[in-house]
Amino acid sequence: MELIDQHTKKIMEGCKERARDAGLSFGNETLEYIVTNRDLVDLGPKNMIPTLYDYWVHDVEVIKERSRYELYPSNPYETVINTRPAISFYNDNNPDWLNVMIFYHVLGHIDFFKNNLLFAHTWHEDFEGQALSDKRYIAKLRSEKGRWVDYVIEFARGIDNMVGLYSVLSSLNRKENSVPSRLDYYFDVFLQKEKKVRSSKYLKEIERYNKACRDFPETSDPVFFADVATVYPEFETLYGRYRETNRIVPKDLMEFILENSPFLARDQNRWMKPVVEIVRKTALFFAPQIRTKTINEGWSSYWHEKLFLQDDRISGNEVGFARINAFVTALPFVGLNPYAIGMRLFEHVEEMGRTGKISHAFQKLLDSGQRKKFDHKDVLGQDWVFKVRENFSDFTFINTFVDQDFVDKHKLFVAGRRLNPRKKVWEYYIKSRKAKDYRQMLLDSLYHPPSLEIVEEKTAENLLYLSHRFEGKPLVKEFIANTMMGIEFLWGGPVKLETTEVVMPAPEPTGLAAFYAAFATDPFPGSSREASYRRVVYTMENRKLSKGVL
Amino acid sequence: MAKDPDNTKNPGLNMAASPGEPPAGPGPGVTYVHTLSSVDELLERDAQREKDGFPRKIRIGRFMKPARGGKDKVILVPTTVEEKFMHDTRPQDEQEEQTTSGSGDGQEGDVIGEQPVHQSSGSGKGASGEGEGGGHEIESSAYDLGRILTEKFQLPNLKDKGKKRSLTKFTYDLTDRHVGIGQVLDKKATFRQIIKTNIALGRIDESGEIDTSDLMMGPKDRIFRIVSREKDFESQAMVFFVRDYSGSMSGKPTEAVVSQHVLVYSWLLYQYDRQVETRFILHDTEAKEVDDFHTYYSSTVAGGTRVKSAYQLVNEIVEKENLERDYNIYVFHGTDGDDWDSDGRETLPELKKMLLYSSRVGISIAERYFGGQSKTVVERYLRNSGLLHEQATRLSLDTFSENADEDRLIEGIRRLMA
Repeated sequence: MELIDQHTKKIMEGCKERARDAGLSFGNETLEYIVTNRDLVDLGPKNMIPTLYDYWVHDVEVIKERSRYELYPSNPYETVINTRPAISFYNDNNPDWLNVMIFYHVLGHIDFFKNNLLFAHTWHEDFEGQALSDKRYIAKLRSEKGRWVDYVIEFARGIDNMVGLYSVLSSLNRKENSVPSRLDYYFDVFLQKEKKVRSSKYLKEIERYNKACRDFPETSDPVFFADVATVYPEFETLYGRYRETNRIVPKDLMEFILENSPFLARDQNRWMKPVVEIVRKTALFFAPQIRTKTINEGWSSYWHEKLFLQDDRISGNEVGFARINAFVTALPFVGLNPYAIGMRLFEHVEEMGRTGKISHAFQKLLDSGQRKKFDHKDVLGQDWVFKVRENFSDFTFINTFVDQDFVDKHKLFVAGRRLNPRKKVWEYYIKSRKAKDYRQMLLDSLYHPPSLEIVEEKTAENLLYLSHRFEGKPLVKEFIANTMMGIEFLWGGPVKLETTEVVMPAPEPTGLAAFYAAFATDPFPGSSREASYRRVVYTMENRKLSKGVL
Repeated sequence: MAKDPDNTKNPGLNMAASPGEPPAGPGPGVTYVHTLSSVDELLERDAQREKDGFPRKIRIGRFMKPARGGKDKVILVPTTVEEKFMHDTRPQDEQEEQTTSGSGDGQEGDVIGEQPVHQSSGSGKGASGEGEGGGHEIESSAYDLGRILTEKFQLPNLKDKGKKRSLTKFTYDLTDRHVGIGQVLDKKATFRQIIKTNIALGRIDESGEIDTSDLMMGPKDRIFRIVSREKDFESQAMVFFVRDYSGSMSGKPTEAVVSQHVLVYSWLLYQYDRQVETRFILHDTEAKEVDDFHTYYSSTVAGGTRVKSAYQLVNEIVEKENLERDYNIYVFHGTDGDDWDSDGRETLPELKKMLLYSSRVGISIAERYFGGQSKTVVERYLRNSGLLHEQATRLSLDTFSENADEDRLIEGIRRLMA
């Protein structure tokens, strides 16, 4: 791994100017490294962050991936790390002109990281440097605590997919004090709910407050509350407690455990907290990346194509470019390529913006002929792609812009696969060309971790009660035991998990097998069964898992 | 700065402080250097987990790259899964379709492509002229896997593996050469030696013809052949892998059965110190022998099931090739438990015959629905026959769910070999 040579770097600096002129924005400093395939294989398990903390699972992955590489060599072109300054890696097999194409692609990513709002919490972070210090910290702990550090990492990672990215993001924009003021509390909560005073008394208090406002316009509140304190000496304490319990900070499970776990609070276990925090921080850092794969790759592909073709310095390589670009961004006959879909969606957005189609006037049109002809020249059309890149995630991007026009334009369809027992083949067929189905198929392929709620009413001193919000898919059963065992370890007491599972009716008795054999055209006898759902609760106690039906 | 400049030279492996740097942080002797753990170290860590009261996490997985002519490459690798709460996106029902994206022309409902359910149809291809030299497809890593299975997963060691026959046998042949004395004169070698001697003496004219009557012969020029003992390695074990490849086996049951068979093979390979030969047999209503593991692994048909056919074929092969005399014979049969022969009337006699010469017959049943109250056909007639008790030392049965994981499969080997 070495820094890219000065010659290429100079070309890249030229790329930056051209990209800036086109409207992209990114920091001045960037670092580019040349790496080998082996470097890339070895870095893969660490999400390409060379300074990420060491963990044995990464070693297992590296050994596995090296073997895979032996059988199936691959040649990834680049990878970018969202850090300040932005770092990118280039395969040492790339020719120079290709690195220029790739650099435009990379600039797309860097611009995306810096401008997409989902990444807001990472904008001021030098993640590489932070990871390095975390890595050292963990190495130091490991020299003292040995393998127990790895257990803590493992158990923390077991729940790190449910970190509260959105609550972190919203806390960036929220005003500090969302708790009701003293006055609101007195009238809205204290008098009505705590004291349950009669309405006559309530009105009298309002009148008393109004009087204080009239008599002491400058210091109405202190005067009023001085009187309250003599009548209700407990008021201040209650208000303080109310503020404490009603902070509107939605907590993710990791945060909740960090704050409330009796086990982690013990003196001899306190060292575990920073480990959990490091894992949580790392997960929060990667969380936006998993949620913006299509849009991020689409954005970069959209720009590398545009900018490369406008770059006069590299003419003569159009054929090579076309070949690789097609390889990366072609719509496969069957199969999903997020680069391709994302890029075409941005082109679609650009066109819609240019013709003024992102407007109410267009959306209320139902006639397809008129929709096609619709063209309100919108001067600001180009801006739309930038707005989309700033404000959208994969879900909103696909959900908003995959419409029938898009599906028709690119002749997209949902491809189904079914068994034809007569010909003994899997048949691929066009299942649907409806935008609704196509969109759903795309959405189903997106990353979506389950949503778990901490049920505080049922959570006691040493019992943690979790409830899984069912969204149509059950949890992977095989993973429940070990994940809960990890939570039990970190919590230091029994853990309960409420979730929904699918109940399949019992299969036909095999005594009928001979009967079915007579009609052996259907290879899966008795499979036309209806599933039903039921709520169950898992309990993990002393590393033993049990299940009850609710 | 974003990056420790020293780190960039050693990606992935040695990301810690550079050697030149004074130890920052903990006291002397503590380094941040982390080197990639070896498989053995990882397995040791895994064994320690068990002692600490957590279930093991490392499994042995494999990559397989199919290739023509049975030269598939198989590489065994450690794998592990990081368990998290995740949505289960697997189809709840086998019938549920997998969908993906596509682009191009065509009407809704049009079939745009077909893919055979079974890739290699074996019989039709013919001409497997590779001969024995083609070798078996599972690489030497299988031996290592066998070692790992035996050592780390505490699979039993075979106690009497050498009882039937010794590892090597000797043949006597006139193969060694000896100077001066011996039983049979090696005329060609002797003459060569005479020529050498005479060249050294300068008695041979390079250009002209050689007059043999002029040649001198030294006492050490005579070379004899003498009888000598030759080591002849013998394969100790012959393993028959028998698999049901009828339609109902497609997918998970095949996956489970074949996984177990790979493990069994690896383990035996280690036990017999590589002296293992394998035969692969597939059956639906009829049985056939296939050449290599890949065909064995990947074939499917959509036919019915007749277990008898396979057992019969094994018996025929053993009889015809007189294998019983030379080998410890193992037969492993993987099935989903389905058999048209619902009471085993045809199958059981063949099985009994097989038990006469086999060291072990292990039958694995990958049940499509686990935990069902009713047993599969094969399991039922096996249990009813009483053979499992009578022949407990030779016949064993292992029933697991089609979703069984590696641990369960390894546990199964223990049961099959117990």
